[in-house]
Amino acid sequence: MGYSRWNRWWSILFLLVPVLGVATFAVSMAEVGPFHRHWLPDNVNEFGGVIDDLYYFILYLTGAIFVGTGLAQFWFMWKYDGGQHSEPVKYTHGSHTLEVVWSILPAATLLFIAIYQMNAWADQKMRRPVIDVGSDQEEGTADDVYQEPLAVVTGRQFEWRIRYVLPGEDGKTGTSDDDLHIVNDLHIPVNEKVVLQIESQDVLHSFFLPNLRVKQDVVPGMKQFVWFQANRTGVYDIVCAELCGWGHYKMKGRLTVESRSDFDRWVAEQYALQQSTQLPMTTSMTESE
Amino acid sequence: MSSVAGAHDAPHENAHGHTFGSFVSTYVFSLDHKIIGLQFLFSTLLWFLVGGLLALGIRWQLAYPWHDMPVIGRMLFAEQGGQISPEFYTMLFTMHATVMIFFVIIPILAGAFGNYLIPLMIGADDMAFPTLNMLSYWFMWPAFIAIGSSFFAPGNGAASGWTSYPPLSTMQTASPGSGPAQTLWLLGVTFVGISSMMGSVNYMTTIIQMRAPGMTMFRLPMTIWGMFITAVLQAFALPVLTAAGFMQLMDRVVGTGFFAPEALVVNNAAAVTGGGQPLLWQHLFWFYSHPAVYIMILPAMGMVSDIIACFSRKPLFGYKPMVYSISGIAGLGFIVWGHHMFVSGMNPVLGLTFMTSTMLIALPSAVKVFNWLGTIWGGNIQFTTPMLFALSFVSMFVIGGLSGIFMAATPVDIFIHDTYFIVAHFHYVLFAGTAMAVFGGIYFWFPKMFGRMMDERLGKVHFLLTFVFLNGTFFTMHILGAVGFPRRLADPYHYETFRHLLPMNRFMTWCAIGMVGTQIIFAFNFFYSMFFGRRVGRNPWGANSLEWAAPSPPGHGNFDFQPIVYRGPYEYGSPESDTDYYPQTQPPPTPGAHPVPSPAHS
Repeated sequence: MGYSRWNRWWSILFLLVPVLGVATFAVSMAEVGPFHRHWLPDNVNEFGGVIDDLYYFILYLTGAIFVGTGLAQFWFMWKYDGGQHSEPVKYTHGSHTLEVVWSILPAATLLFIAIYQMNAWADQKMRRPVIDVGSDQEEGTADDVYQEPLAVVTGRQFEWRIRYVLPGEDGKTGTSDDDLHIVNDLHIPVNEKVVLQIESQDVLHSFFLPNLRVKQDVVPGMKQFVWFQANRTGVYDIVCAELCGWGHYKMKGRLTVESRSDFDRWVAEQYALQQSTQLPMTTSMTESE
Repeated sequence: MSSVAGAHDAPHENAHGHTFGSFVSTYVFSLDHKIIGLQFLFSTLLWFLVGGLLALGIRWQLAYPWHDMPVIGRMLFAEQGGQISPEFYTMLFTMHATVMIFFVIIPILAGAFGNYLIPLMIGADDMAFPTLNMLSYWFMWPAFIAIGSSFFAPGNGAASGWTSYPPLSTMQTASPGSGPAQTLWLLGVTFVGISSMMGSVNYMTTIIQMRAPGMTMFRLPMTIWGMFITAVLQAFALPVLTAAGFMQLMDRVVGTGFFAPEALVVNNAAAVTGGGQPLLWQHLFWFYSHPAVYIMILPAMGMVSDIIACFSRKPLFGYKPMVYSISGIAGLGFIVWGHHMFVSGMNPVLGLTFMTSTMLIALPSAVKVFNWLGTIWGGNIQFTTPMLFALSFVSMFVIGGLSGIFMAATPVDIFIHDTYFIVAHFHYVLFAGTAMAVFGGIYFWFPKMFGRMMDERLGKVHFLLTFVFLNGTFFTMHILGAVGFPRRLADPYHYETFRHLLPMNRFMTWCAIGMVGTQIIFAFNFFYSMFFGRRVGRNPWGANSLEWAAPSPPGHGNFDFQPIVYRGPYEYGSPESDTDYYPQTQPPPTPGAHPVPSPAHS
């Protein structure tokens, strides 16, 4: 086979993989120039930081392996280019020691990551906020009293129906007649632990709050909970992240994080508006976009 | 005509007798594994084109949302003035994935390369069951017809994602593509399954029963190990998908309620019965489709191992660890399916179990990468086109493997699930990984298939442009994923969070157009070289494994002598040999020093 001097460039091409790979991530992380906001969106969830920390931890770890293997591959391709040297090849079938080393090291690292993150996962998905730990003074046992959801969010092609569970005129929660019904416009108080009950009325949807690092598929027939604590006021997107039909892309909601007083005022206003219009919510609320 | 170890009585011998010399029995309903392999190859390459064009449709919408599609827009959607409609977009990504997975990657690896290479590389004259083999190809055709005709059903094709999650897929009212198109989709996938099952049984039997004398299991090339483990995976995983497919079909057409919960109403139509569970489908689907991810990469890993060893002119580093690691991937592959469902509503406690097994499956993949690097270390690397594709497989698979760790980490997966991070991940594994290995494999075995070389210069241009454009298209997807950019949205830009990502998407689209355009070079090279390429002999690459001892192209019965195997396939640079390779069939220099081994099975 003929050797061409161009062959030297192939190793360089492969060197570009770690170089440009790291550079792409670096400019995105630094958000320089056109890469402004090309990184994790602002996290406004008190409990979301742990997800970002874990993301960075894995990013640095895998980044090091990516650079290491990439450089090794470049170096071997450069050094052992058959057109450049005529030494006999290293006639070896492998190394037991190396195999043991490069099995045990990744295994230990991977197991470490696995165990290290378990607590974060449990906080996000398993330890629903408790307001009273019960008589045994221990959380996670059967006599815990869970925090009531602030609202029930129901996905439906292609909108988010929100029901605030209010005591209303009869002074009792759980009676839906006097609840506040809203579409696509979720308001929550800042700096408070918020629990939402999420459901689906028809197909699968996924309740995704990018700025709060919250995502949970909603499944018809199932009742699920998400919890978070927003620590900054503002308006954020509610995204549907599970394909729900042709209009999936437009199943957009808005999350407004506001002070407790603003929130209370908004609820009161909306409730008054709802009572005054006297329309059943199904007719007034379907015009979403 | 050889009779290999008397293992079978060559039922296909009739096929090339004088009475059956007609075109139809030779090239259409052929029983010859090589013709069947080429039939798979041509069919899948054609579908590769279809899948690529569907991808360009997706990319067009993401770069120029609601803009008139140039040229073909007016033809396809005249009533919308040349725009892609959201339901059409939903169909595009559903059918892109369906075509690429079920009609390209799975059949090109197992069907094309598996068929062509298995008998040649183990020293057999054909598959164990030639008729079954022929049927495995012809059962693809009902699938081609079903999926092909679904493009003409209402909705222009199935549109509930390639994962086909109910209730979107089971309720006919749920979406424009949830009608007959979805039924055709299910039938198509079922026929692919039947075809794969026929292939799988045949491959396992052939590899176990029909190896040439001396070809022990641990003398098999890695390609064959990859094919063997893949066949085992298919045999155990496919029945679950087939059953699940029929359950979904029943939900759709008979009115059962396997996947429909109580009192389900979709788009103002009620399900006939309830009491089912949508998550059941996800469990059954991923019980097949996660192993299918390995079905889509293990043969590629095997091919890459063979190509890298050949062009490093050096033995494969750690042959047995390589075999154990693909077996480990296959074993663990059955207990990781839940990692597709971390945020699905599955019990989060189960998420911890699946997270741990998923983390562990990264280990055998890492071992393989280290061994490939060990193979090129100290070699005498020849930068041929197949070698460049194989080297890029290693480089790209590292990216695809490492990004998997992010999503295996359950808390991180909460954020990146169903975003472009996932899209980046599986395109690095399946396109930058498997498809690049497939290209490498085609360049590598082309001289065996057609007796002519593909043009090296065009091959290198094809490689360079594909490599550059694929990274331009897919690497940037990681960045989109970090912002949380969701998959499957026809217009993500009306969200404040994602509005500013349009320029990056335009860049990616132009890279994707470049990538698809580059394949014209490949297609030209392929067909030109078939007829006008440089003629070569049996072993143009100086490779060791058995297929290179057969004529190029091999006739019926493959070998014009009885292959006897004296050693493993990776004895490159052996001091025992005068050349820098040492074919498996070449007897040792001093007769008697190495007694002729007994047959692998008696």
